[in-house]
Amino acid sequence: MIRFDSVSKRYPGGNEALRGLDLHIERGEMVFITGASGAGKSTFLRMIPLLERPSQGSVMIDGVNLLRLRRSRVPFLRRRVGMIFQDHRLLHDRSVFDNVALPLVIAGRSHADVGRRVRAALDKVGLLHKEKASPVTLSGGEQQRVGIARAVVTRPPVILADEPTGNLDPALSEEIMALFEQFNQVGVTTVIASHDHALIERLGHRRIHLQDGRVA
Amino acid sequence: MKLPASIQAWFEQHARAALNTLGGLRLRLASSLMTTAVIGIALALPAGFLLLVDNLEAATANREGSPQASAFLQATLNVDQQRDIAAQIKALEGITDVEHITPEAALAEFQRASGMQETLALLERNPLPPVVVAQLRSGLSGADADALISALSAIGAVDEVRVDRVWLERLDALMQLANRGSGLIALLLGLTVVLVVGNTIRLDIENRRSEIEITKLIGGTDAFVRRPFLYTGMWYGLLGGSLAAILLMLSVLLLTGPSSHLASLYGSAFQPMGPGLSGTLTLLGSGVALGLLGAGVAVGRHLAAIEPR
Ligand SMILES: Nc1ncnc2c1ncn2[C@@H]1O[C@H](COP(=O)(O)OP(=O)(O)OP(=O)(O)O)[C@@H](O)[C@H]1O
Ligand SMILES: [Mg+2]
Repeated sequence: MIRFDSVSKRYPGGNEALRGLDLHIERGEMVFITGASGAGKSTFLRMIPLLERPSQGSVMIDGVNLLRLRRSRVPFLRRRVGMIFQDHRLLHDRSVFDNVALPLVIAGRSHADVGRRVRAALDKVGLLHKEKASPVTLSGGEQQRVGIARAVVTRPPVILADEPTGNLDPALSEEIMALFEQFNQVGVTTVIASHDHALIERLGHRRIHLQDGRVA
Repeated sequence: MKLPASIQAWFEQHARAALNTLGGLRLRLASSLMTTAVIGIALALPAGFLLLVDNLEAATANREGSPQASAFLQATLNVDQQRDIAAQIKALEGITDVEHITPEAALAEFQRASGMQETLALLERNPLPPVVVAQLRSGLSGADADALISALSAIGAVDEVRVDRVWLERLDALMQLANRGSGLIALLLGLTVVLVVGNTIRLDIENRRSEIEITKLIGGTDAFVRRPFLYTGMWYGLLGGSLAAILLMLSVLLLTGPSSHLASLYGSAFQPMGPGLSGTLTLLGSGVALGLLGAGVAVGRHLAAIEPR
């Protein structure tokens, strides 16, 4: 599903985030990406929906070489990859409902369809009662869950999460990881970058450790 | 059933964008009204000027009794012969009326008007020729008027024909200048509308930067991101055009009283005309086109630069 072949990434300014990264993630797998700060975890995740482009090497997603993907097709790649950001990236001037609805509106779903799917996604993350609230009135954990609902509302085949439990208490972290396991159980390829080694150990999925921009 | 559903979704997307952007304008009511007012005035000025020129053309086309041609007859003709010529001229196609002025009448009028009775009394004979003043049918084309004047000159007893057409030609030239001028004003103010809308949309894009980034982040196409801004431009154009039409109608209403008074002083039944249906539609259409153009320029220049982080 996700294949990196000797991918390097040099940022403008000279920072080498990835140095010849080779890895392969199967369809339907659940994978944790670990590594010290600066190891290249975020850079790796951001390459999958083409938020960054490799300086060298090739990235294949679902059999498509991203180097050959036309610019006009990039939005459609991003629709198939639900991404969850550590800083949530929510629209603060819209309600929780509208934030979660955005991917469906972008995809041109009908009004009735949007309402049904948004409520199902909010129900899944336990925030149905907050649909009219503004994201700024929510706690960090609640905002994180709104971000998750937005990422899964279109039922994408791939979900990426960049430190989704970064600053949550252990109980909440556990809850959120359980949520990802549920998505994975219905066949969604799930890739999570995390520092939470204890939790990762306990869940026991495949773990890819990055060091200096390559698999250690 | 796949196609109708996608077409319905397409309409839904556009209707949603149209309504949302209109709602957005209402949320920022004060600044929206200000922008609309600037656009409305910028559209009303050239449209009003064009309307003024149209009205002037209509008013001067309606005027009575001109143009005139004066035929100077040979001084040797007696009064009966002069009358014959006058009748002959009146019978010409394109001439509505003639006035026959004998040399004696002309001299008396001249003496009365100039106050030079003594000097003129010194002359041993009347130097003035008999004259027939002919009223040409109004609305005569230039070529027809020229043909008529040659016909007058061709009459044997007519020495010379003089046409009172100079002021008409001046009016014509003035109208042409006004038309050209209003074209230039329309061009400049049209550019103003494009710039005003473009700048408003540019600020709008700046203010909604994070929204644009997030939309692109989760798979919004360029068309989707562009749409609300183009609709905003369209609304500004439509609202500005409507305001311009209202301003024009109000001005015509305000000017109807004084202008019909003025027209009645000239014995004319002239009534000023408003923009009318086609004028109003043109105004709305130009507003929408300029608004879309301004938004399109702003979107083209500023939207591509925003890439998701
Ligand atoms: N936009 C950028 N411009 C320049 N350098 C960058 C940029 N983003 C990341 N880097 C650099 O690339 C390297 C890898 O960064 P990355 O964010 O991928 O690490 P990470 O493993 O996610 O770290 P963390 O655990 O702290 O989030 C770092 O040295 C970082 O300074
Ligand atoms: Mg990171």
